Amino acid sequence: MEFKSKDFTDSRRVLKIRKLKVGLTGRPNAAPVLNEIDLDIRAGETHCLVGESGSGKSVTSLAVMGLLPKDALEIQGGLIDLEGVEITYAKPSVMRALRARRIAMIFQEPMTALNPVLRVGEQIEEVLNMHTDLSQAEAKKRTLDMMEQVHLPDVDRIYQAFPHQLSGGQRQRIMIAMALILDPDLLIADEPTTALDVTTQLQILRLIAEMQERHGTAVLFITHDMGVVAEIADTVSVMQKGRIVERAPIRDLLTNPQEDYTKKLLMAVPNLAPRAARAPATAKDVIIVKGLDMTYGGGGFLRRSEGVKAARDVNFTIKPGRTLGIVGESGSGKSTVARCIMRLIDPTAGKVSVAGTEIAQLSRRQLQPYRKHLQIVFQDPYRSLNPRWTVARSLCEGPINFGTSKEEAMDKAAELMELVDLPRDALDRYPHQFSGGQRQRIAIARAVAMKPDLLVADEAVSALDVSVQAQVLDLLDDIQDKFGVAMLFITHDLRVAAQICDEVLVMQKGLVVEHGPADEVLSNPRHDYTRTLIEAAPGRHWDFANFRAMERVPALKGATA
Amino acid sequence: MFLYILKRVLATIPVMVIVAIFVFLLLRLTPGDPAAILAGDAATPAQLERIRERLGLNDPLLTQFITWMGQLLRGDLGTSLLSNTSVAGMLADRLGPTINIALMTIVISVVMAVPMGVIAAWRHRTWVDFLVMSFSVLGFSVPVFVIGYILIQIFAIDLRWVPVQGYKSPADGFGAFFSRAILPSLTLATIYIALIARMTRASMLEVLGEDYIRTARAKGVRENVVLFRHALRNAAVPILTIIGTGFALLISGVVVTESVFNIPGIGRLTVDAILARDYPVIQAMILLTAGIYVFVNLLVDISYSFFDPRIRY
Amino acid sequence: MTEIPTSRHSAFQVLTGLFSLPAGARIGIGPMIAAVILLIIVLASVLAPLYVPYNPLSMDALSRLKPPSEAHWLGTDPYGRDTFSRVMTGGRVSLLIGVGAAVVSVAVGLMIGLVAGFFRAADGVIMRIMDSLMAIPAILLAIALVALNGPSLSSVIIAITVPEVPRVVRLVRSVVLSAREEPYVEAAIALGSSMPKILIQHLMPNTFAPLIVQGTYICASAILIEAILSFLGAGVSTEIPTWGNIMAEGRTYFQIKPGLIFWPGLMLSLCILAINLLGDTARDLLDPRMKKREG
Repeated sequence: MEFKSKDFTDSRRVLKIRKLKVGLTGRPNAAPVLNEIDLDIRAGETHCLVGESGSGKSVTSLAVMGLLPKDALEIQGGLIDLEGVEITYAKPSVMRALRARRIAMIFQEPMTALNPVLRVGEQIEEVLNMHTDLSQAEAKKRTLDMMEQVHLPDVDRIYQAFPHQLSGGQRQRIMIAMALILDPDLLIADEPTTALDVTTQLQILRLIAEMQERHGTAVLFITHDMGVVAEIADTVSVMQKGRIVERAPIRDLLTNPQEDYTKKLLMAVPNLAPRAARAPATAKDVIIVKGLDMTYGGGGFLRRSEGVKAARDVNFTIKPGRTLGIVGESGSGKSTVARCIMRLIDPTAGKVSVAGTEIAQLSRRQLQPYRKHLQIVFQDPYRSLNPRWTVARSLCEGPINFGTSKEEAMDKAAELMELVDLPRDALDRYPHQFSGGQRQRIAIARAVAMKPDLLVADEAVSALDVSVQAQVLDLLDDIQDKFGVAMLFITHDLRVAAQICDEVLVMQKGLVVEHGPADEVLSNPRHDYTRTLIEAAPGRHWDFANFRAMERVPALKGATA
Repeated sequence: MFLYILKRVLATIPVMVIVAIFVFLLLRLTPGDPAAILAGDAATPAQLERIRERLGLNDPLLTQFITWMGQLLRGDLGTSLLSNTSVAGMLADRLGPTINIALMTIVISVVMAVPMGVIAAWRHRTWVDFLVMSFSVLGFSVPVFVIGYILIQIFAIDLRWVPVQGYKSPADGFGAFFSRAILPSLTLATIYIALIARMTRASMLEVLGEDYIRTARAKGVRENVVLFRHALRNAAVPILTIIGTGFALLISGVVVTESVFNIPGIGRLTVDAILARDYPVIQAMILLTAGIYVFVNLLVDISYSFFDPRIRY
Repeated sequence: MTEIPTSRHSAFQVLTGLFSLPAGARIGIGPMIAAVILLIIVLASVLAPLYVPYNPLSMDALSRLKPPSEAHWLGTDPYGRDTFSRVMTGGRVSLLIGVGAAVVSVAVGLMIGLVAGFFRAADGVIMRIMDSLMAIPAILLAIALVALNGPSLSSVIIAITVPEVPRVVRLVRSVVLSAREEPYVEAAIALGSSMPKILIQHLMPNTFAPLIVQGTYICASAILIEAILSFLGAGVSTEIPTWGNIMAEGRTYFQIKPGLIFWPGLMLSLCILAINLLGDTARDLLDPRMKKREG
């Protein structure tokens, strides 16, 4: 894999941070949130700040912008220097003048980062109105020009649009236009592609690179995604618990990491090489889905609407002990399929057979006895357990519904805690006393308590940090080995799919575009869309866990990235 | 847009019909003979019969309802038991002063409350915030007539700036109207200001925590622009809602204030009707105020889309 | 541990959560003072018969409209009744109406709101009726009820409750609607829990915290409305001393003896102020966003 390798030692230093300390406001003796942060970024350089949640990446960026929430966090020592001018304790008016002119920032969630009630053109133009003396007409012209530079189509129309009328990618382009219109020296990008689909992510990364090239901007890029780091970084700082633990040029970091934490982080990144499909089980299918259709909306009183076809003609079967992955971007209908099978929503048409019974059209009451055959684990570990219930009560809910006595259910719950590697006394605690990964383990235990034939995992590891994600995937693997449960694994992440699935089904806009053994689909995709997805996966040529390039690069044809 | 307004207008019909049914049943389902209750203890059988006839109480319930609804739709609100004149006419005569005072109250309230709430949110947890919130809690806690009497004592009796009571129409000269209308409007406005300021503050606090406010600051936008251009418009919908639902408080307040300040509006009419047990007048007042409430909230609903482009129908 | 906690357990926790403070949250001095004031007013009102010097109803033609003195601490009213005794006793009925209206509104609103939030079929009809009831001003409804049924405690409580119930229903419904989208509720469906079980064990506890807050506000506004109704001559019977009644009778004598409005008005305002402040405090403590910040 080609890494960026330009040497920046002779370039102008844009940002210099020395021994920066940020702590809780008014509590200089409490444990600092950031400690001893040193950072240098030179003109034209892309410096990636990488770390897991809570490592202090975003706080670092806000400190540089002078946007720390005053009543929570404050700078307690050190130095921030922008182009030779110290701004550590700059007055608000001074910082205000620097923002957008010298340092600009783009954020993770382009939907919430744009003001929903103002036209996007006005929001870009506002930067000019604040910082320049351009006339109305000149400002508008420059805005439209900038919108063209970030490759927005039909700029006159988009100028007039409100954020909710644009796609996620378009919104992020607007953010970039807004940040770069005054040609700042430093651009801070805080997880700017995390909320985007992988194909859009690729376009935005390319756009940032292009803009950087054109204007010689220094970029401080904050991300948790090693793949993105591999694609774009010149240099990398790895953060852990408010400190920078390792700093190195990209190639050095990926081939020869020095610190244990960095190694651990890299080893947790699943690579894109698909697992070999396990021996096909001889047992009969656990679930048979035939011609599943789901249309949302439709009908309507005054205006007849067509409705949204979220899933069309979906067919698959899963055998015991095997895993089928459904991959696709947002809006592909993958979660809709999961929810239809679980009968959390009622499919418009089609058949779902479980335990030899057709359940797609059963009434809620008739369905009740079959619920135990199907269980689901959701994405958000913070919302999937009732916050008012002890873990024990959550684990016992299902078995008691199916006639298990309380004592028996409690014994079973204790066993399950062992299975998911949590202490027994955790049973008496409440969800808020656990971390995200632990909560996800509890949610898995709750599902397994029902001894289901099929376990549906709906983006079950997507909200987790990469090291935790690896542990949870291992747990799911163990459970499958032990109980021979079939798994339907819904994910947007091809790496995760490659690691866990025997078979893969690729969905796009409600349609299944490709379906086959994981090995075949991921190494030798037949459909263009599958190929696009694979090629957009950042860092796909690198085998992070083994600190070397991939032996076998997936998607042979047309590899460009 | 037009379709949406039409839909909203049509949706008010069932609401008003239910109110009408409620009012209709209120009298008919009262335990005992409503005519006897309304006539008082000293009524003769002839008087009772007259009241029954007037209210149509002798017919079967369904017939009564149909006749009654028919009259309502024609704008016939019945005749007063006391004065024998048409209730609709009585209301029309008294509506003017009430509307003038109410309009003045709304203007005063919005003009004062919204900036108060914005500043309190901006200076969250400072003395300004504390002051606004204290005023707001106090406004909720003092009965409206007590406020009225305190204002009379200070501005009319001690300072002699304005007359104690009474009313002059704007047609008699704006000064005469204003000097008499200002105290009742301030009295009525107190609780309304408390309500709106509180909601403005809460809504602004929520909006000021949003990502796009951080974006605006990251652009180097000045603080006043952040507050009024970026935040207030986003905070507008809950504020409008409370202005609409708070209208019920205003209506209740009108009844009290008009009797404190001796203003010949529909509020006074109602108070006089209580003493005389003039049920047709009370019933008409409920229908009228419910109608006004529904209408104001219809306007509020329609105005949402003006503030928030995401609300398009 | 042999027993699985029941749903009552969690309801209890919500209630005690009010009094055991989350870590880091501080209660200012204001709410403390408010709690003390409210406690004093409640005790003074409930225990009034034990200590007031005169029967609040006994008239004395010889001592009408007396200024405050050793014998009558706050003077007397136009019928020669002792104002202090009347004001202290008057709190009993006012507080009873406040608490009564709050309890009835919350209980009725909770039931209707749960049904509206969970059963789509019922939702439309219920909400139209609620919209209608909200459009009827409490004061006018009270006037109508009193005109038809005569002045009574129940007329006043019903009149206050009718327009408050829709507000409670809306609150409960919105809490239920957002809670039922939570993954833990969907997980419960997948675990085969019945609808009533989900409604009562998973959804209902979410409504308790906001209902406690709403209940205090209803209580405060009910006491206020009672005063206004009495003032207009549409409240509880004038035989019974309430803060509103005392003020209503003092109206005519406002210029000679403002104390007849001032003292009950002060008690009433202090009482409502204290309840509102405690409601605000409870709301701040129970605000889910506050909780998120600690977690």
